[in-house]
Amino acid sequence: MGATLAEKVLAEKSGTDEVAPGDIVEAVPDIYMSHVASWRCIDTLARLGTDHIEHPERIAMVMDHISPAGTDKIADDHRRCRTFAQQHGIDTFYDVEAGISHTVLMGEGLIQPGMLGIGTDSHTTIYGALGACGTGVGYSEITAAWVTGELWFKVPETLRVEIDGSLQTGVTAKDLMLKLIGDLGVDGANYMAVEFGGSYVPEATIEDRMTMCNLGKEMGAMFPVVPADARTVAYLEARGVGPDEYWSVAPDEDVDYADTYTMAADTFEPQIAKPHTVDNVSPVSEVAGTHVDQVFIGSCANGNYSDLAEAATILEGRNIHRDVRVIVTPASKEVMERATDDGLVSTFVKAGAMITNPGCSACAGDGGAMADGEVTLSTANRNYRGRMGSYDAEIYLSSPATAAASAIAGEIADPRTIDTIAEAR
Amino acid sequence: MSGSAKNDSRVGGPCITVGDDVNTDVVIPGRYLITIDPDELAEHAFEPMGPEFQTRLYASKVVVAGENFGCGSAREQAATCLLGAGVEAVVAKTFAREFFRNAINNGLLAVESPQAVEVVSDDDEVWIDYEAGTVEAAGESFPFEPYPTVMRNILEAGGIIPYLAASLEEVSG
Repeated sequence: MGATLAEKVLAEKSGTDEVAPGDIVEAVPDIYMSHVASWRCIDTLARLGTDHIEHPERIAMVMDHISPAGTDKIADDHRRCRTFAQQHGIDTFYDVEAGISHTVLMGEGLIQPGMLGIGTDSHTTIYGALGACGTGVGYSEITAAWVTGELWFKVPETLRVEIDGSLQTGVTAKDLMLKLIGDLGVDGANYMAVEFGGSYVPEATIEDRMTMCNLGKEMGAMFPVVPADARTVAYLEARGVGPDEYWSVAPDEDVDYADTYTMAADTFEPQIAKPHTVDNVSPVSEVAGTHVDQVFIGSCANGNYSDLAEAATILEGRNIHRDVRVIVTPASKEVMERATDDGLVSTFVKAGAMITNPGCSACAGDGGAMADGEVTLSTANRNYRGRMGSYDAEIYLSSPATAAASAIAGEIADPRTIDTIAEAR
Repeated sequence: MSGSAKNDSRVGGPCITVGDDVNTDVVIPGRYLITIDPDELAEHAFEPMGPEFQTRLYASKVVVAGENFGCGSAREQAATCLLGAGVEAVVAKTFAREFFRNAINNGLLAVESPQAVEVVSDDDEVWIDYEAGTVEAAGESFPFEPYPTVMRNILEAGGIIPYLAASLEEVSG
């Protein structure tokens, strides 16, 4: 029997010929990412009483989640991380202006096919968009990996998700993932690798794949992954990384997957995840008309340039409903720069939205809090109770297109009916 | 507690029950992640569930949960806040991957036993015998899958950091 992509990566990184699901391996990751939580690792290293770092060149630090600092405590956390990076010669340190760790590191060309990455953030799974295996760990594990260079992994079973056909007009990769999570449940792929395949996948841009592998975490996946193809090569080439610089690993043809799930891409409309779990999913038509107080467009799930462009197309020349506050947060400095140059920022501001600095923003509770009883429609990846302010507020999740249409309507709205919505206003 | 080696293989006491898919934002809201001190974190453990729940939590030694406990964010404080609250073990039908690792890495027992979860009610005594590999609840004893060696070693040392500290000492000593 052949090997899955995750099995090949874990075998390679642990120096073994082959591995099987359930095996425990000691593997050496290619990258150890830590965000603002880096100070927790620094404290933990001090507790260990060592200064030894096995592979400083594999450490990446990005000051996201809370940026810029809102308190002197946070400012001190940032300063300690900065100082530590300087002292230990960590070149891949990105400060508070850079944006969300995942988007920044991928944009810098630091995440490449065949890599094994760990990060102090559950959405490190997003690395799968470039054919890499990324997964979230705790700060103690990152610290241990700093010191020893390695970490133990349980080889996961692999779920193959075959997506065939094309999405309907107005339906996005976000809708596809919400539909999938609704179908499989929030633990549908717990502790599993997920390989995306089928005729839809070559059509999906790298940004679509980022949304897919990011949201893969919301069904529990350890390594959601899209094997590298021509789009992966082009994305990395644009970032100065040629195909001879990485391992373009693919799953074997004759793999005995733990399970296979097949989806037809053209059979569903835009989807909404309702409070307070990501698998509480309905077609937009069933929740259209739900009042919203706030709309958030951003996050590592949907804060890329294409996501902002998707929202801007709908907001162009239109006005956001007077009762709705709209926060737009580009995922990275690179996205911010392009959105500024191309006029998207101007479109958002003229429509009545706020633009914030790149980062996690409202998704991490860094601004955009809600009062009791309020409702946010968000393009992020989580709608958990209390994630954005009051424990008595509600979060719905959608695509950027649905979020933009709803911002105009003042209530959840189907983006495919935007002309009717705008006329009615 | 956190960081201390497990001398007694049997832990337990009164339990508090929660349902399926409890996410780590509910266990410890993101706004409190500015600290890693278990005692400070414990004040806010399960805060979204309300003060009555928290009072019962502080009187419990075991959290008993349904499927997929600790899903969502990889925040390690979801495990350490429970240690700070005096909880010594979590028994669940299943765990989300990151919570399970974070628990073991901090010396918090995390055991999957769907059968035990089925028979337990709030305030019942639940005991976990780690050596024997059993969960005792409602007068019955349920076996659980023993940990792989790497996890046993970490758990017995009281967590991944004390485990690593001991091995570093061995090397230098």
